[in-house]
Amino acid sequence: MRLWRFNGGLPSLAEHKNESVHLPIEIAPVPAQLIYPLRQHIGNAATPLVEVGDKVLRGQKIADAQGLISAPIHAGSSGTVTSLADHLIPHPSGFSAPSITIETDGLDNEASHTPCADFRQLSVSELVSIIREAGIVGLGGAAFPTAIKLDNQSKSRHIDTLILNGAECEPYISCDDRLLKERADRVLDGIEVLLHMLGAKRAILAIEDNVPDTFASIQAAVNKNGNANITGVQIPTIYPTGGEKQLIKTLTGKEVPSGGIPADIGIVSINVGTVYAVQQAVIEGKPLTSRIVTVTGEGVKTPRNLEVRIGTPINTLVDMCDGYTPFADRLIMGGPMMGFALLNDEIPMVKATNCILVASKHEAITEKQAMPCIRCGLCASACPATLLPQQLYWFSKSDQLEKAEKLNLFDCIECGCCDVVCPSHIPLVQHFRYAKSALKVQNHEKHLSDVARERFEAREVRIARNKAERAERSRKKKAALKSKPAKEEIEAAITRSKERKQRSTEGEN
Amino acid sequence: MSIFALILLFAGLGILLGYAAIRFKVEGDPIVDQIDAVLPQTQCGQCNFPGCRPYAQAIANGEADINQCPPGGEAGIAALADLLGVEAKPLNEENGVEEATLVAVIDEEVCIGCKLCIQACPVDAILGAPKHMHTVIESECTGCDLCLPPCPVECITMEPIAKTLGLWQWDKPDVPQQRKAS
Repeated sequence: MRLWRFNGGLPSLAEHKNESVHLPIEIAPVPAQLIYPLRQHIGNAATPLVEVGDKVLRGQKIADAQGLISAPIHAGSSGTVTSLADHLIPHPSGFSAPSITIETDGLDNEASHTPCADFRQLSVSELVSIIREAGIVGLGGAAFPTAIKLDNQSKSRHIDTLILNGAECEPYISCDDRLLKERADRVLDGIEVLLHMLGAKRAILAIEDNVPDTFASIQAAVNKNGNANITGVQIPTIYPTGGEKQLIKTLTGKEVPSGGIPADIGIVSINVGTVYAVQQAVIEGKPLTSRIVTVTGEGVKTPRNLEVRIGTPINTLVDMCDGYTPFADRLIMGGPMMGFALLNDEIPMVKATNCILVASKHEAITEKQAMPCIRCGLCASACPATLLPQQLYWFSKSDQLEKAEKLNLFDCIECGCCDVVCPSHIPLVQHFRYAKSALKVQNHEKHLSDVARERFEAREVRIARNKAERAERSRKKKAALKSKPAKEEIEAAITRSKERKQRSTEGEN
Repeated sequence: MSIFALILLFAGLGILLGYAAIRFKVEGDPIVDQIDAVLPQTQCGQCNFPGCRPYAQAIANGEADINQCPPGGEAGIAALADLLGVEAKPLNEENGVEEATLVAVIDEEVCIGCKLCIQACPVDAILGAPKHMHTVIESECTGCDLCLPPCPVECITMEPIAKTLGLWQWDKPDVPQQRKAS
């Protein structure tokens, strides 16, 4: 199969996969407490379906999707709901957000689920609703509700290629690799479900060429499965080849248009962990309640991959890996390139959590003294999104945000390649993150002021109209009075009142 | 002969210009619209004009200075200066000071339903009926404070807007200082 090359990237980034990849996936025990932030996905937060004191079972829906872009949440084990309150969430802001807390009872009783013997008997819309109800979101890190990607019929787009993303390019992370090593057959079953739903001609399962043993396991599963439309492909190990747009470019030579989605060019790209979740939901009938997480770094004694119930606090995961080493310095969710630091280890892991990196001092990207930009242009040659990081940096730092937006700031995938190659150690991605979030706030304020202007003007018009109407009414009254001789009217009133008086005196007599 | 030709030419061009002036006539005053677009639309009247548009009109007419809008703050003044090609200047303290936008909240236990705040609100963001409690539509409130003075029972307070994840901002990194030549 012919492969293409995306711009830039880092071919020789230290991988650090060996730390965690050798031990098999271990199923983590049920923790004492499970914490579910209501927003674990892109879109609207879920609405709770339970109240404090309710008993729940494993797999029971505890919060429902709200609106189209949202996903339900299911309990990971049986127990009692103990609180519906704010809890620290895994987010770079360090904010707390509404969460459901479940005190587990250790019994791990499961809600009944019905396996599906033959998914081909189900219609596409039935399959979409199964996947939506199972709470499946993109497990590669973006957490976009998967059902929307797969609901292709309502959009009448033609999808010809399904890409399964097993290119785990970020250093340290090995959860997708372990999954493919151990459960490739079930991933293949999931691919068949997706092919059936999308009506795509071919499916390409891509992994990096630094894991030949995983490729062997995929090939074995593909051969056993026998579906000729599914191919496994090895692609060169260049960070960030696992980025959606970079992977599509590598495999098809096509580029996703700026601001567009892969479906615009007939491609749907899905992470292999998500495919496994789809297989579990459709064929086994189980909602998404657990996922595989890499716990690694010099800060933990035994780095490894764990199959963990979503909602498990991070300290439980660290305990499973025999605890912290004295080198533990910083807790990072995600990898060293694109992850973010966490405030403490009581924060729960969520659907999007693919890695907990307990970094030592030298593993975390150290804050070197930034020096002035020397305009060397290395960042532009390293940028996999073919942006001009140096220009974006000037505009971000001087708050000329509209200009940065014109240079496609929002196409930046925050991969950090420019940071790594910058000889002046400028934290470029940090600048771009700032500029993106500031632009969002600015646009929101602009929207608010437009609404206020509209309402103010509508009110002015209404006041003017009321005033005109009042003036018109009083003018009419005056005109009516003038048209009848006033004297007659007054006399008529006098006679009327006299008659009334007479009547009342007669009545008294 | 040449005079004739010139007269004819100029008359022709004159008719063309006259036609263009009618055909492509600009509705309204574009500069007022542009100024109005820069103003924050709080409609608070701190600039001494009854709303943002009247203030924009006054700036366009040269009757008001560009530094009379506290909600717009320094950034707003800079944008106005940029638009009008004049020097930016500090905010006129007589008009007020730049503060974070707040949102009005009515204590519904105390409200007597007098309707005075509804009449005062420049953006119709207060909802209620006579002798029934009123409430503020939070998403429409511009934080202009105009509902506070008319309230006879002082049941309206201005409160900070709750931070949301969607509008959370990353910190701006420190910009490296140019090293001085030694």
